[in-house]
Amino acid sequence: MNSTSLPVTASPISTAPASHPIRAGIYRWFSRLDWFLLPFAGGAAVLALWYLSSATWAKDLPNPTQTWIASKPYIVEPFAKRGELDQGILRFTWLSLILVAKGYAIALVIGTPLGFLLGISPLFTRALDPIIQVLRPVSPLAWLPLGMILFGGWKGANVSELAALFTISLCAMWPTVLNTAVGVRAIPQDYMNVARVLKLSRWKTLTKVMIPATLPYMFTGFRLSLGIAWLVIVAAEMLTGRPGIGGFLWQQYNALIYEQIILCILTIGLVGFILDRLMSVVERRFRSV
Amino acid sequence: MPLLELKQVSKRFGDASVLNEVNLSVEEGEFVAIIGYSGSGKTTLVSILAGLLAPDSGTALFDGRAIEGPGPERGLVFQNYSLLPWLTVVENVALAVDQLHPDWSDSQRSAHTDRYVSMVNLAAARDKRPAELSGGMRQRVSVARALAMSPRVLLLDEPLSALDALTRATLQDEIARLRREQNQTIVLITNDPDEALLLADRVIPLTRGPGATLGPGVPIPLPHPRDRRSLTHDPMFQRLRREVIASLLSVAARTTTSLSKDLILPNLEPEDLERPRSWSTRSGPVRLQERRTVTVPAPTDD
Repeated sequence: MNSTSLPVTASPISTAPASHPIRAGIYRWFSRLDWFLLPFAGGAAVLALWYLSSATWAKDLPNPTQTWIASKPYIVEPFAKRGELDQGILRFTWLSLILVAKGYAIALVIGTPLGFLLGISPLFTRALDPIIQVLRPVSPLAWLPLGMILFGGWKGANVSELAALFTISLCAMWPTVLNTAVGVRAIPQDYMNVARVLKLSRWKTLTKVMIPATLPYMFTGFRLSLGIAWLVIVAAEMLTGRPGIGGFLWQQYNALIYEQIILCILTIGLVGFILDRLMSVVERRFRSV
Repeated sequence: MPLLELKQVSKRFGDASVLNEVNLSVEEGEFVAIIGYSGSGKTTLVSILAGLLAPDSGTALFDGRAIEGPGPERGLVFQNYSLLPWLTVVENVALAVDQLHPDWSDSQRSAHTDRYVSMVNLAAARDKRPAELSGGMRQRVSVARALAMSPRVLLLDEPLSALDALTRATLQDEIARLRREQNQTIVLITNDPDEALLLADRVIPLTRGPGATLGPGVPIPLPHPRDRRSLTHDPMFQRLRREVIASLLSVAARTTTSLSKDLILPNLEPEDLERPRSWSTRSGPVRLQERRTVTVPAPTDD
């Protein structure tokens, strides 16, 4: 029994198998294999569509075989460094991940306390909520030039990195801010009454009651923020021309070498998926408390 | 001088008057049970005694001084236990002890905490989280947490109403034991006349809200310890029980004869988003755009 109220997805209602013995047999066979067969069929369909497209209406698009041949050196030697913008795919990924980690850390360090303030103080909410709602939907492509202008005057600074960090943290911050604020507002009044009856100090109320009660919401925010940070990285690297998975993609496109673009897209997707899974494992651990 | 006193206390929430000119006085060492219907303002009353709510008019006094907020001298046991789910049994109790005795050494504090955990027979479950405990065990933790503050009065807000009958009986016996052994002053809020009669020295009915007030109290001169089995056949118990129920019903009859309320049902039934929508069967949300008017008759005096 978890006493904190969290959305719980109901278990799917099992549909009754067909009454006919042969149909029931097929049904059982399918239900045993569909976890494997269906994704496989989906992948095959997309691959077929890709072949078909590159053969018919999208002549510039390399077909899967060409893509595989051209991408192979980047995959079999994932950590090779042949030049600034010619490196193994995991090396590029690593560079991007480092940048994302920095930007994401800044987003959490600023976003979590900001969310707490918004959750605690109605005054803060009234003052800041409109501006947050306006800034939240702004695309990373719009923030990056502003970052360049802001940090452009700094002598000896790596302007493109600072601008990229500025963009990543600014875009990734909002889910953390808003979820933390909602989490703080959703702290059951009972817990706050306990803190009052036990005469807990402000610090103890914060650390023993408010933060633990908000953690599940905070981690939902953290997970969404990480997803956005990873989305933004591509845009940031494209515009700044930094080496990384997004920078590589853009550079290959500009060099009219289209074979590795799909490789980059798949890598970005896969890394994003893995990051999301990792975060949801952490999130579930905090929910089960 | 009474330990706990309410003088002409009234409390409103918006337009609704919840408590109206309530008077109460509890002597040191007394066990008072306040009994009333659900929704009659019992929790509001205990919140005022605990200092979680301030009365709109009238005064709430503890030991002759106005109650200005919650304090360790008034230990509150919440209706829904209100344990912190991320702390173990012992940590929940220790939270109160650590805050109250910052000058003690760590070993002194943990000995004090352990004493109260054992007092409610939870030593074996001391490192479990509330989610791993049954309802009765959780409520015992809540009692231990309140007692560990060594309160001068223990406020019990319907502590047993969420429990099954057997667990209830066990915990009633434990409350009676605490009372005998510690001579603890207790204010028990309950909706069960038998529970009130079994435990308390005085039973006070709360009239049905809105604008509830305390009726005249019924003293219960039955000797302690009381045995629940022989008690039911005791003519004095039966007479007192009739008296308490009659006073509850008579205050009910004086209020409005019926109240009607609109029940606006939620528009949507939760949808199972894990399941893809299928073509053949309807799996979309079921809309319940209904508005029902229900008339609830007040109980009559018969």
